[in-house]
Amino acid sequence: MSNVLVFAEHQHKKFSKLALVAVRAGQIIAEKTGGECHAAVLGTGVEGLAGELAAYGVKKVYAVEDPALEHYTADAHAQALANLALDKGLDVVVATASAVGKDLMPRVAVRLDGGIACDITGVNDDGTFERPMYAGNVIAKISIERPKKVITVRTTAFDPAAKGAAAAVEQVAAKIDHAALKMKFVSFNETKSDRPVLSEARIVVSGGRGLKNGENFTIVLEPLVDALGAAMGASRAAVDAGFVPNDLQVGQTGKVVAPELYIAVGISGAIQHLAGMKDSKVIVAINKDEEAPIFQVADYGLVADLFKAVPELKEEVEKLKHH
Amino acid sequence: MKILVTAKRVPDPNATIKVRPDGTGIVTDNVKYVVNPFCEIAIEEALRIKEKHGGAEVVLVSIGGKVAQEQLRTGLAMGADRAILVLSEQEVDPAVVARILKKTVETEQPDLVLMGKQAIDDDSNAAGQMLAELLGWGQATFASAVKLSDDKKSAVVTREVDGGLEDIEVQLPAVITADLRLNEPRYASLPGIMKARKKELKEIPIAEVGVDLSPTIKIHKLEPPPKRQAGKKVGSVQELVQLLHAEAKVI
Repeated sequence: MSNVLVFAEHQHKKFSKLALVAVRAGQIIAEKTGGECHAAVLGTGVEGLAGELAAYGVKKVYAVEDPALEHYTADAHAQALANLALDKGLDVVVATASAVGKDLMPRVAVRLDGGIACDITGVNDDGTFERPMYAGNVIAKISIERPKKVITVRTTAFDPAAKGAAAAVEQVAAKIDHAALKMKFVSFNETKSDRPVLSEARIVVSGGRGLKNGENFTIVLEPLVDALGAAMGASRAAVDAGFVPNDLQVGQTGKVVAPELYIAVGISGAIQHLAGMKDSKVIVAINKDEEAPIFQVADYGLVADLFKAVPELKEEVEKLKHH
Repeated sequence: MKILVTAKRVPDPNATIKVRPDGTGIVTDNVKYVVNPFCEIAIEEALRIKEKHGGAEVVLVSIGGKVAQEQLRTGLAMGADRAILVLSEQEVDPAVVARILKKTVETEQPDLVLMGKQAIDDDSNAAGQMLAELLGWGQATFASAVKLSDDKKSAVVTREVDGGLEDIEVQLPAVITADLRLNEPRYASLPGIMKARKKELKEIPIAEVGVDLSPTIKIHKLEPPPKRQAGKKVGSVQELVQLLHAEAKVI
Protein backbone atom coordinates (compact mmCIF):
# COMPACT_ATOMS: atom_id res chain seq x y z
CA MET A 1 0.00 0.00 0.00
CA SER A 2 1.30 3.42 -0.93
CA ASN A 3 -0.26 6.72 -0.07
CA VAL A 4 -0.25 9.31 -2.84
CA LEU A 5 0.43 13.03 -2.72
CA VAL A 6 -0.95 15.07 -5.62
CA PHE A 7 0.64 18.38 -6.54
CA ALA A 8 -2.34 20.61 -7.41
CA GLU A 9 -0.98 23.23 -9.78
CA HIS A 10 -2.59 26.65 -9.87
CA GLN A 11 -1.92 29.73 -11.97
CA HIS A 12 -1.91 32.87 -9.86
CA LYS A 13 -4.32 31.36 -7.36
CA LYS A 14 -6.70 29.93 -9.93
CA PHE A 15 -7.06 26.25 -10.73
CA SER A 16 -7.26 25.19 -14.36
CA LYS A 17 -8.29 21.71 -15.44
CA LEU A 18 -4.74 20.58 -14.64
CA ALA A 19 -5.25 20.34 -10.88
CA LEU A 20 -8.31 18.13 -11.15
CA VAL A 21 -6.67 15.90 -13.76
CA ALA A 22 -3.75 15.39 -11.39
CA VAL A 23 -6.17 14.55 -8.58
CA ARG A 24 -8.00 11.99 -10.74
CA ALA A 25 -4.71 10.36 -11.77
CA GLY A 26 -3.60 10.32 -8.13
CA GLN A 27 -6.85 8.67 -7.11
CA ILE A 28 -6.45 5.97 -9.77
CA ILE A 29 -2.87 5.28 -8.68
CA ALA A 30 -3.92 5.14 -5.02
CA GLU A 31 -6.84 2.79 -5.80
CA LYS A 32 -4.51 0.32 -7.51
CA THR A 33 -2.40 -0.01 -4.38
CA GLY A 34 -5.18 0.39 -1.82
CA GLY A 35 -3.64 3.62 -0.59
CA GLU A 36 -5.01 7.06 0.21
CA CYS A 37 -4.90 10.07 -2.08
CA HIS A 38 -3.83 13.37 -0.52
CA ALA A 39 -3.31 16.69 -2.30
CA ALA A 40 -1.16 19.76 -1.76
CA VAL A 41 -1.56 23.38 -2.83
CA LEU A 42 1.64 25.43 -2.58
CA GLY A 43 1.91 29.20 -2.41
CA THR A 44 1.00 32.14 -0.23
CA GLY A 45 -2.58 32.65 0.92
CA VAL A 46 -3.73 29.39 -0.63
CA GLU A 47 -6.08 28.21 2.09
CA GLY A 48 -9.10 29.14 -0.02
CA LEU A 49 -7.74 27.18 -2.96
CA ALA A 50 -7.06 24.21 -0.71
CA GLY A 51 -10.68 24.46 0.45
CA GLU A 52 -11.89 24.31 -3.16
CA LEU A 53 -9.86 21.21 -3.79
CA ALA A 54 -11.16 19.53 -0.64
CA ALA A 55 -14.49 18.93 -2.39
CA TYR A 56 -13.03 16.43 -4.87
CA GLY A 57 -12.85 13.23 -2.90
CA VAL A 58 -9.30 13.27 -1.60
CA LYS A 59 -8.41 12.19 1.93
CA LYS A 60 -6.73 15.42 2.95
CA VAL A 61 -5.57 18.70 1.41
CA TYR A 62 -2.41 20.45 2.60
CA ALA A 63 -2.12 24.22 2.20
CA VAL A 64 1.65 24.65 2.10
CA GLU A 65 2.72 28.22 2.72
CA ASP A 66 6.00 30.10 2.56
CA PRO A 67 6.98 33.53 1.15
CA ALA A 68 9.37 31.71 -1.24
CA LEU A 69 6.37 29.97 -2.81
CA GLU A 70 4.62 33.17 -3.86
CA HIS A 71 5.68 32.64 -7.46
CA TYR A 72 6.53 29.28 -8.91
CA THR A 73 10.24 28.45 -8.90
CA ALA A 74 11.51 24.90 -9.23
CA ASP A 75 13.99 24.87 -6.35
CA ALA A 76 11.68 26.27 -3.65
CA HIS A 77 8.69 24.21 -4.77
CA ALA A 78 10.78 21.02 -4.93
CA GLN A 79 11.95 21.54 -1.35
CA ALA A 80 8.43 22.20 -0.10
CA LEU A 81 6.81 19.29 -1.91
CA ALA A 82 9.51 16.77 -1.02
CA ASN A 83 9.51 17.87 2.62
CA LEU A 84 5.76 17.40 2.80
CA ALA A 85 5.91 13.93 1.21
CA LEU A 86 8.62 12.88 3.68
CA ASP A 87 6.90 14.36 6.75
CA LYS A 88 3.55 12.79 5.95
CA GLY A 89 4.93 9.46 4.77
CA LEU A 90 3.47 9.78 1.28
CA ASP A 91 5.57 7.58 -0.99
CA VAL A 92 4.09 8.46 -4.37
CA VAL A 93 3.98 12.04 -5.67
CA VAL A 94 1.87 12.86 -8.73
CA ALA A 95 1.53 15.95 -10.95
CA THR A 96 0.46 16.68 -14.50
CA ALA A 97 3.12 16.81 -17.20
CA SER A 98 2.49 20.54 -17.66
CA ALA A 99 5.32 23.04 -18.05
CA VAL A 100 5.41 23.34 -14.25
CA GLY A 101 5.07 19.60 -13.60
CA LYS A 102 7.86 18.75 -16.03
CA ASP A 103 10.10 21.42 -14.52
CA LEU A 104 9.43 20.52 -10.91
CA MET A 105 8.94 16.80 -10.49
CA PRO A 106 12.40 15.49 -11.53
CA ARG A 107 13.84 17.62 -8.69
CA VAL A 108 11.31 16.14 -6.27
CA ALA A 109 12.36 12.65 -7.39
CA VAL A 110 15.99 13.46 -6.57
CA ARG A 111 15.10 14.88 -3.15
CA LEU A 112 13.14 11.72 -2.35
CA ASP A 113 15.88 9.49 -3.76
CA GLY A 114 13.14 7.98 -5.88
CA GLY A 115 12.50 7.24 -9.53
CA ILE A 116 10.38 9.21 -11.96
CA ALA A 117 7.95 8.07 -14.64
CA CYS A 118 7.33 10.99 -16.98
CA ASP A 119 4.24 11.80 -19.01
CA ILE A 120 2.39 8.54 -18.32
CA THR A 121 -0.80 7.78 -20.25
CA GLY A 122 -1.98 4.74 -18.31
CA VAL A 123 -1.80 2.91 -14.99
CA ASN A 124 -1.85 -0.90 -14.97
CA ASP A 125 -3.08 -3.20 -12.21
CA ASP A 126 0.39 -4.72 -11.76
CA GLY A 127 1.86 -1.34 -10.79
CA THR A 128 3.40 -0.64 -14.18
CA PHE A 129 2.70 2.45 -16.24
CA GLU A 130 2.24 3.16 -19.92
CA ARG A 131 4.20 6.03 -21.41
CA PRO A 132 4.87 7.20 -24.95
CA MET A 133 8.43 7.36 -26.27
CA TYR A 134 9.90 8.26 -29.66
CA ALA A 135 7.32 11.00 -30.30
CA GLY A 136 4.45 8.64 -29.60
CA ASN A 137 5.64 5.95 -32.01
CA VAL A 138 6.28 3.59 -29.14
CA ILE A 139 4.29 2.90 -26.00
CA ALA A 140 6.49 1.59 -23.21
CA LYS A 141 5.34 -0.41 -20.22
CA ILE A 142 7.59 0.68 -17.37
CA SER A 143 7.96 0.35 -13.64
CA ILE A 144 9.73 2.53 -11.10
CA GLU A 145 12.38 0.49 -9.32
CA ARG A 146 12.55 2.61 -6.18
CA PRO A 147 10.42 2.69 -3.01
CA LYS A 148 9.60 6.39 -3.59
CA LYS A 149 7.85 7.09 -6.84
CA VAL A 150 7.32 10.36 -8.69
CA ILE A 151 4.91 10.43 -11.62
CA THR A 152 3.84 13.05 -14.14
CA VAL A 153 0.69 12.30 -16.11
CA ARG A 154 -0.28 13.35 -19.60
CA THR A 155 -3.14 15.82 -19.20
CA THR A 156 -5.20 14.46 -22.08
CA ALA A 157 -5.01 10.86 -20.86
CA PHE A 158 -6.99 11.35 -17.64
CA ASP A 159 -10.38 12.91 -16.88
CA PRO A 160 -10.71 15.62 -14.23
CA ALA A 161 -11.72 14.43 -10.76
CA ALA A 162 -15.40 14.58 -9.87
CA LYS A 163 -16.78 16.01 -6.64
CA GLY A 164 -16.68 13.58 -3.76
CA ALA A 165 -16.55 13.40 0.02
CA ALA A 166 -15.20 16.57 1.60
CA ALA A 167 -11.67 16.47 3.00
CA ALA A 168 -10.01 18.29 5.87
CA VAL A 169 -7.58 21.08 5.03
CA GLU A 170 -4.34 21.22 6.99
CA GLN A 171 -2.10 24.28 7.04
CA VAL A 172 1.54 23.30 6.73
CA ALA A 173 4.70 25.39 6.94
CA ALA A 174 6.97 24.58 3.99
CA LYS A 175 10.25 24.43 5.96
CA ILE A 176 12.27 25.84 3.08
CA ASP A 177 16.01 26.45 3.42
CA HIS A 178 15.98 29.95 1.94
CA ALA A 179 19.77 30.21 1.80
CA ALA A 180 19.85 27.33 -0.68
CA LEU A 181 17.55 29.02 -3.21
CA LYS A 182 19.18 30.01 -6.51
CA MET A 183 16.19 31.05 -8.59
CA LYS A 184 14.03 34.14 -8.70
CA PHE A 185 10.82 34.85 -10.58
CA VAL A 186 11.10 38.03 -12.68
CA SER A 187 7.99 38.36 -14.84
CA PHE A 188 5.28 36.53 -16.72
CA ASN A 189 4.10 37.72 -20.11
CA GLU A 190 0.81 36.06 -20.74
CA THR A 191 -0.06 35.36 -24.35
CA LYS A 192 -3.06 37.63 -24.71
CA SER A 193 -5.93 35.93 -26.43
CA ASP A 194 -9.71 35.90 -26.27
CA ARG A 195 -9.62 32.35 -27.52
CA PRO A 196 -9.79 29.25 -25.32
CA VAL A 197 -6.54 27.78 -24.01
CA LEU A 198 -5.10 25.30 -26.51
CA SER A 199 -4.84 22.36 -24.15
CA GLU A 200 -8.37 22.79 -22.83
CA ALA A 201 -10.33 23.85 -25.94
CA ARG A 202 -13.32 21.84 -27.23
CA ILE A 203 -12.30 22.62 -30.81
CA VAL A 204 -8.77 23.15 -32.12
CA VAL A 205 -7.92 24.41 -35.60
CA SER A 206 -4.25 24.01 -36.50
CA GLY A 207 -2.31 25.32 -39.45
CA GLY A 208 0.79 23.91 -41.08
CA ARG A 209 3.37 24.85 -43.62
CA GLY A 210 0.63 24.76 -46.27
CA LEU A 211 -0.42 28.21 -45.06
CA LYS A 212 2.85 29.49 -46.56
CA ASN A 213 3.43 32.41 -44.14
CA GLY A 214 2.45 33.93 -40.83
CA GLU A 215 0.17 36.49 -42.44
CA ASN A 216 -2.04 33.72 -43.80
CA PHE A 217 -2.56 32.41 -40.27
CA THR A 218 -4.11 35.79 -39.52
CA ILE A 219 -6.12 36.40 -42.67
CA VAL A 220 -7.07 32.85 -43.71
CA LEU A 221 -7.06 30.64 -40.61
CA GLU A 222 -8.07 32.94 -37.76
CA PRO A 223 -11.56 33.81 -39.14
CA LEU A 224 -12.37 30.07 -39.15
CA VAL A 225 -10.88 29.63 -35.67
CA ASP A 226 -13.10 32.40 -34.33
CA ALA A 227 -16.22 31.29 -36.21
CA LEU A 228 -15.87 27.94 -34.41
CA GLY A 229 -14.93 29.48 -31.05
CA ALA A 230 -11.83 27.32 -31.28
CA ALA A 231 -8.24 27.51 -30.08
CA MET A 232 -5.55 27.91 -32.72
CA GLY A 233 -2.64 25.51 -33.04
CA ALA A 234 0.18 24.90 -35.46
CA SER A 235 2.48 22.17 -36.65
CA ARG A 236 6.14 22.17 -35.74
CA ALA A 237 6.95 22.89 -39.38
CA ALA A 238 4.95 26.12 -39.19
CA VAL A 239 6.65 27.06 -35.91
CA ASP A 240 10.11 26.22 -37.27
CA ALA A 241 9.39 28.36 -40.33
CA GLY A 242 8.64 31.26 -37.97
CA PHE A 243 4.97 31.63 -39.00
CA VAL A 244 3.68 31.48 -35.40
CA PRO A 245 5.14 31.32 -31.89
CA ASN A 246 6.13 28.03 -30.28
CA ASP A 247 3.36 28.08 -27.69
CA LEU A 248 0.93 27.21 -30.50
CA GLN A 249 2.85 24.07 -31.39
CA VAL A 250 0.82 20.87 -31.23
CA GLY A 251 2.98 17.77 -31.08
CA GLN A 252 5.22 15.64 -28.98
CA THR A 253 7.62 18.54 -28.38
CA GLY A 254 4.81 21.06 -27.97
CA LYS A 255 1.29 20.75 -26.60
CA VAL A 256 -0.58 17.48 -26.54
CA VAL A 257 -4.26 18.09 -27.19
CA ALA A 258 -7.35 15.87 -27.32
CA PRO A 259 -10.32 18.10 -28.22
CA GLU A 260 -13.72 16.93 -29.46
CA LEU A 261 -12.89 18.31 -32.88
CA TYR A 262 -9.43 18.82 -34.37
CA ILE A 263 -9.12 20.45 -37.79
CA ALA A 264 -5.70 20.16 -39.43
CA VAL A 265 -5.24 22.68 -42.22
CA GLY A 266 -2.29 22.38 -44.57
CA ILE A 267 -0.58 19.94 -42.24
CA SER A 268 1.06 16.91 -43.82
CA GLY A 269 0.94 14.88 -40.61
CA ALA A 270 4.51 14.32 -39.48
CA ILE A 271 4.83 11.63 -36.82
CA GLN A 272 5.62 14.08 -34.09
CA HIS A 273 2.52 16.17 -34.91
CA LEU A 274 0.27 13.10 -34.88
CA ALA A 275 1.60 12.25 -31.42
CA GLY A 276 0.19 15.52 -30.18
CA MET A 277 -3.36 15.24 -31.55
CA LYS A 278 -4.27 11.67 -32.44
CA ASP A 279 -6.38 11.21 -29.31
CA SER A 280 -8.80 13.89 -30.51
CA LYS A 281 -12.36 12.60 -30.78
CA VAL A 282 -12.98 13.73 -34.36
CA ILE A 283 -10.18 14.69 -36.73
CA VAL A 284 -10.66 16.66 -39.94
CA ALA A 285 -7.85 17.12 -42.44
CA ILE A 286 -7.80 19.67 -45.24
CA ASN A 287 -4.84 19.26 -47.56
CA LYS A 288 -4.33 19.50 -51.28
CA ASP A 289 -1.99 16.49 -51.29
CA GLU A 290 -4.20 13.42 -51.14
CA GLU A 291 -1.21 11.29 -50.19
CA ALA A 292 -0.54 13.33 -47.01
CA PRO A 293 -0.20 11.01 -43.97
CA ILE A 294 -2.65 13.18 -42.02
CA PHE A 295 -5.48 11.54 -44.01
CA GLN A 296 -4.59 8.17 -42.44
CA VAL A 297 -5.74 9.40 -39.04
CA ALA A 298 -8.53 11.74 -40.17
CA ASP A 299 -12.20 10.84 -39.73
CA TYR A 300 -13.08 13.29 -42.48
CA GLY A 301 -10.61 14.24 -45.15
CA LEU A 302 -11.06 17.00 -47.69
CA VAL A 303 -8.58 17.10 -50.55
CA ALA A 304 -8.69 20.75 -51.53
CA ASP A 305 -6.78 23.99 -51.83
CA LEU A 306 -6.95 25.36 -48.30
CA PHE A 307 -7.02 28.96 -49.54
CA LYS A 308 -10.41 28.22 -51.14
CA ALA A 309 -11.73 25.64 -48.65
CA VAL A 310 -11.02 27.48 -45.39
CA PRO A 311 -12.96 30.70 -46.20
CA GLU A 312 -15.79 28.52 -47.54
CA LEU A 313 -15.77 26.44 -44.38
CA LYS A 314 -15.96 29.60 -42.30
CA GLU A 315 -19.00 30.75 -44.30
CA GLU A 316 -20.73 27.40 -43.90
CA VAL A 317 -20.05 27.31 -40.16
CA GLU A 318 -21.54 30.78 -39.79
CA LYS A 319 -24.59 29.81 -41.84
CA LEU A 320 -25.10 26.84 -39.55
CA LYS A 321 -24.89 29.07 -36.49
CA HIS A 322 -27.57 31.39 -37.84
CA HIS A 323 -30.04 28.60 -38.47
CA MET B 1 34.13 30.75 -18.48
CA LYS B 2 33.52 27.10 -19.16
CA ILE B 3 30.29 25.66 -20.57
CA LEU B 4 29.45 21.96 -20.46
CA VAL B 5 26.97 20.85 -23.12
CA THR B 6 25.31 17.47 -23.61
CA ALA B 7 25.10 15.79 -27.03
CA LYS B 8 22.95 12.66 -27.00
CA ARG B 9 22.93 10.28 -29.94
CA VAL B 10 19.33 9.66 -31.05
CA PRO B 11 17.53 8.35 -34.15
CA ASP B 12 16.90 10.99 -36.81
CA PRO B 13 13.61 12.73 -35.92
CA ASN B 14 12.44 12.12 -39.50
CA ALA B 15 13.09 8.39 -39.32
CA THR B 16 10.17 6.01 -39.06
CA ILE B 17 10.47 4.24 -35.73
CA LYS B 18 9.25 0.64 -35.55
CA VAL B 19 9.07 -1.62 -32.53
CA ARG B 20 10.88 -4.97 -32.78
CA PRO B 21 8.40 -7.87 -32.91
CA ASP B 22 9.59 -9.18 -29.51
CA GLY B 23 8.94 -5.77 -27.91
CA THR B 24 12.45 -5.47 -26.48
CA GLY B 25 13.48 -2.41 -28.44
CA ILE B 26 13.14 -0.53 -31.68
CA VAL B 27 14.32 -1.62 -35.10
CA THR B 28 17.72 0.02 -35.55
CA ASP B 29 18.70 -1.33 -38.98
CA ASN B 30 19.09 1.45 -41.52
CA VAL B 31 18.14 4.09 -38.97
CA LYS B 32 20.27 7.21 -39.25
CA TYR B 33 21.46 8.71 -35.97
CA VAL B 34 21.93 12.39 -35.22
CA VAL B 35 22.66 14.75 -32.35
CA ASN B 36 19.44 15.15 -30.35
CA PRO B 37 17.90 18.27 -31.97
CA PHE B 38 17.44 19.99 -28.60
CA CYS B 39 21.06 19.24 -27.66
CA GLU B 40 22.09 20.77 -30.99
CA ILE B 41 20.29 23.97 -29.97
CA ALA B 42 22.12 23.85 -26.62
CA ILE B 43 25.48 23.51 -28.42
CA GLU B 44 24.64 26.46 -30.65
CA GLU B 45 23.75 28.56 -27.61
CA ALA B 46 27.05 27.70 -25.93
CA LEU B 47 28.93 28.73 -29.07
CA ARG B 48 27.03 32.02 -29.23
CA ILE B 49 27.84 32.74 -25.59
CA LYS B 50 31.48 31.94 -26.32
CA GLU B 51 31.52 34.25 -29.34
CA LYS B 52 29.80 37.06 -27.47
CA HIS B 53 31.69 36.92 -24.22
CA GLY B 54 35.05 35.66 -25.48
CA GLY B 55 37.38 33.24 -23.79
CA ALA B 56 34.81 30.59 -23.00
CA GLU B 57 35.59 26.92 -23.40
CA VAL B 58 32.80 24.69 -24.69
CA VAL B 59 33.08 21.06 -23.55
CA LEU B 60 30.73 18.41 -24.93
CA VAL B 61 29.65 15.31 -23.07
CA SER B 62 27.76 12.28 -24.27
CA ILE B 63 26.86 8.93 -22.73
CA GLY B 64 26.62 6.05 -25.16
CA GLY B 65 28.44 3.48 -27.25
CA LYS B 66 31.60 4.18 -29.26
CA VAL B 67 29.33 5.19 -32.13
CA ALA B 68 28.38 8.33 -30.19
CA GLN B 69 31.82 9.66 -31.22
CA GLU B 70 30.08 10.61 -34.44
CA GLN B 71 27.69 13.00 -32.65
CA LEU B 72 30.51 14.48 -30.55
CA ARG B 73 32.54 15.08 -33.74
CA THR B 74 29.51 16.88 -35.17
CA GLY B 75 29.44 19.17 -32.14
CA LEU B 76 33.20 19.71 -32.36
CA ALA B 77 32.81 20.56 -36.04
CA MET B 78 30.19 23.17 -35.09
CA GLY B 79 32.88 24.76 -32.92
CA ALA B 80 33.00 23.11 -29.51
CA ASP B 81 36.51 22.80 -28.06
CA ARG B 82 36.71 19.24 -26.77
CA ALA B 83 34.52 16.30 -25.89
CA ILE B 84 34.01 13.59 -23.32
CA LEU B 85 32.34 10.28 -24.11
CA VAL B 86 31.17 8.17 -21.20
CA LEU B 87 31.18 4.71 -22.77
CA SER B 88 28.07 2.69 -22.04
CA GLU B 89 26.66 -0.12 -24.11
CA GLN B 90 23.45 -0.15 -22.11
CA GLU B 91 20.74 2.50 -22.04
CA VAL B 92 20.75 4.60 -18.88
CA ASP B 93 17.68 6.26 -17.41
CA PRO B 94 17.51 10.01 -16.63
CA ALA B 95 18.43 9.54 -12.94
CA VAL B 96 21.58 7.62 -13.86
CA VAL B 97 22.40 10.19 -16.57
CA ALA B 98 22.12 12.92 -13.92
CA ARG B 99 24.46 11.04 -11.56
CA ILE B 100 27.05 10.62 -14.32
CA LEU B 101 26.78 14.26 -15.37
CA LYS B 102 27.16 15.35 -11.75
CA LYS B 103 30.55 13.58 -11.68
CA THR B 104 31.50 15.27 -14.94
CA VAL B 105 30.55 18.64 -13.48
CA GLU B 106 32.65 17.96 -10.38
CA THR B 107 35.66 17.19 -12.58
CA GLU B 108 35.18 19.94 -15.14
CA GLN B 109 33.83 22.69 -12.86
CA PRO B 110 31.81 24.48 -15.56
CA ASP B 111 30.09 27.82 -14.94
CA LEU B 112 27.08 26.69 -16.93
CA VAL B 113 25.58 23.41 -18.12
CA LEU B 114 23.47 23.59 -21.28
CA MET B 115 21.29 20.64 -22.28
CA GLY B 116 18.36 19.92 -24.58
CA LYS B 117 15.02 20.12 -22.83
CA GLN B 118 14.44 16.49 -23.73
CA ALA B 119 15.97 13.75 -25.83
CA ILE B 120 13.67 12.79 -28.67
CA ASP B 121 14.06 9.05 -28.08
CA ASP B 122 13.13 8.67 -24.41
CA ASP B 123 11.14 11.95 -24.28
CA SER B 124 11.41 12.13 -20.49
CA ASN B 125 12.44 15.76 -20.06
CA ALA B 126 14.01 15.05 -16.67
CA ALA B 127 17.82 14.67 -16.71
CA GLY B 128 18.62 18.41 -16.63
CA GLN B 129 16.33 19.08 -13.68
CA MET B 130 17.68 16.06 -11.82
CA LEU B 131 21.25 17.20 -12.41
CA ALA B 132 20.44 20.69 -11.08
CA GLU B 133 18.89 19.24 -7.92
CA LEU B 134 21.80 16.83 -7.36
CA LEU B 135 24.20 19.78 -7.56
CA GLY B 136 22.00 22.10 -5.50
CA TRP B 137 21.95 24.48 -8.47
CA GLY B 138 19.22 26.55 -10.01
CA GLN B 139 17.75 25.63 -13.38
CA ALA B 140 15.98 27.20 -16.31
CA THR B 141 14.13 24.72 -18.49
CA PHE B 142 12.35 25.43 -21.79
CA ALA B 143 14.71 28.34 -22.47
CA SER B 144 13.90 30.56 -25.45
CA ALA B 145 16.34 33.36 -24.55
CA VAL B 146 19.41 33.45 -22.30
CA LYS B 147 21.01 36.68 -21.12
CA LEU B 148 24.11 36.45 -18.93
CA SER B 149 24.79 39.27 -16.49
CA ASP B 150 27.95 41.32 -17.05
CA ASP B 151 29.67 39.75 -14.04
CA LYS B 152 28.54 36.29 -15.26
CA LYS B 153 27.23 35.50 -11.81
CA SER B 154 23.64 35.13 -12.97
CA ALA B 155 21.44 34.81 -16.04
CA VAL B 156 17.97 35.98 -16.95
CA VAL B 157 16.27 33.25 -18.92
CA THR B 158 13.02 33.50 -20.86
CA ARG B 159 11.09 30.25 -20.57
CA GLU B 160 8.32 28.89 -22.78
CA VAL B 161 5.67 27.94 -20.25
CA ASP B 162 1.93 27.23 -20.46
CA GLY B 163 0.05 30.34 -21.54
CA GLY B 164 3.00 32.62 -22.19
CA LEU B 165 6.63 33.46 -21.54
CA GLU B 166 8.22 33.61 -18.11
CA ASP B 167 11.46 35.36 -17.18
CA ILE B 168 13.44 34.01 -14.27
CA GLU B 169 16.79 34.98 -12.84
CA VAL B 170 19.05 32.12 -11.93
CA GLN B 171 22.41 32.25 -10.16
CA LEU B 172 25.35 30.65 -11.96
CA PRO B 173 26.46 27.95 -12.12
CA ALA B 174 23.13 26.62 -13.32
CA VAL B 175 21.56 24.10 -15.67
CA ILE B 176 19.73 25.60 -18.64
CA THR B 177 17.74 23.40 -21.01
CA ALA B 178 17.02 24.54 -24.55
CA ASP B 179 13.63 24.79 -26.20
CA LEU B 180 12.96 24.95 -29.91
CA ARG B 181 13.11 28.69 -30.45
CA LEU B 182 16.26 29.49 -28.50
CA ASN B 183 18.24 29.66 -31.74
CA GLU B 184 18.82 28.02 -35.10
CA PRO B 185 21.84 25.75 -34.94
CA ARG B 186 24.56 26.38 -37.50
CA TYR B 187 25.83 23.78 -39.93
CA ALA B 188 29.38 22.59 -39.50
CA SER B 189 31.67 24.19 -42.07
CA LEU B 190 34.19 22.15 -44.03
CA PRO B 191 37.16 23.72 -42.18
CA GLY B 192 35.21 23.05 -38.98
CA ILE B 193 34.88 19.37 -39.87
CA MET B 194 38.61 19.18 -40.66
CA LYS B 195 39.53 20.84 -37.38
CA ALA B 196 37.14 18.62 -35.40
CA ARG B 197 39.19 15.55 -36.29
CA LYS B 198 42.12 16.89 -34.31
CA LYS B 199 40.18 18.04 -31.25
CA GLU B 200 40.38 16.07 -28.03
CA LEU B 201 37.73 13.36 -27.54
CA LYS B 202 38.27 11.59 -24.26
CA GLU B 203 36.60 8.28 -23.55
CA ILE B 204 35.73 7.13 -20.04
CA PRO B 205 34.27 3.66 -19.42
CA ILE B 206 31.05 4.08 -17.46
CA ALA B 207 32.28 1.74 -14.71
CA GLU B 208 35.14 4.16 -14.01
CA VAL B 209 32.88 7.14 -13.40
CA GLY B 210 32.21 5.93 -9.89
CA VAL B 211 28.45 6.33 -9.59
CA ASP B 212 25.59 4.01 -8.71
CA LEU B 213 24.43 2.64 -12.06
CA SER B 214 21.41 0.76 -10.77
CA PRO B 215 18.42 1.79 -12.86
CA THR B 216 15.48 3.63 -11.30
CA ILE B 217 13.18 2.75 -14.19
CA LYS B 218 12.64 -0.63 -15.79
CA ILE B 219 11.22 -0.92 -19.29
CA HIS B 220 9.24 -4.16 -19.51
CA LYS B 221 7.96 -3.97 -23.03
CA LEU B 222 7.61 -1.70 -26.02
CA GLU B 223 4.58 -1.72 -28.26
CA PRO B 224 3.44 0.26 -31.26
CA PRO B 225 0.62 2.67 -30.38
CA PRO B 226 -2.95 1.69 -31.26
CA LYS B 227 -3.70 2.60 -34.85
CA ARG B 228 -6.39 5.09 -35.68
CA GLN B 229 -8.55 4.10 -38.63
CA ALA B 230 -8.66 6.41 -41.62
CA GLY B 231 -12.19 7.72 -42.14
CA LYS B 232 -13.85 8.95 -45.29
CA LYS B 233 -12.93 11.51 -47.89
CA VAL B 234 -15.57 14.14 -48.43
CA GLY B 235 -16.25 15.84 -51.74
CA SER B 236 -16.96 19.38 -50.65
CA VAL B 237 -16.91 21.86 -47.79
CA GLN B 238 -20.73 21.68 -47.62
CA GLU B 239 -20.64 17.91 -47.19
CA LEU B 240 -17.96 18.23 -44.51
CA VAL B 241 -20.02 20.71 -42.49
CA GLN B 242 -23.13 18.53 -42.83
CA LEU B 243 -21.26 15.48 -41.55
CA LEU B 244 -19.65 17.36 -38.65
CA HIS B 245 -23.08 18.67 -37.71
CA ALA B 246 -25.39 15.72 -38.31
CA GLU B 247 -23.11 12.66 -38.01
CA ALA B 248 -20.25 13.57 -35.68
CA LYS B 249 -22.33 16.17 -33.83
CA VAL B 250 -19.31 18.28 -32.97
CA ILE B 251 -20.48 21.57 -34.48
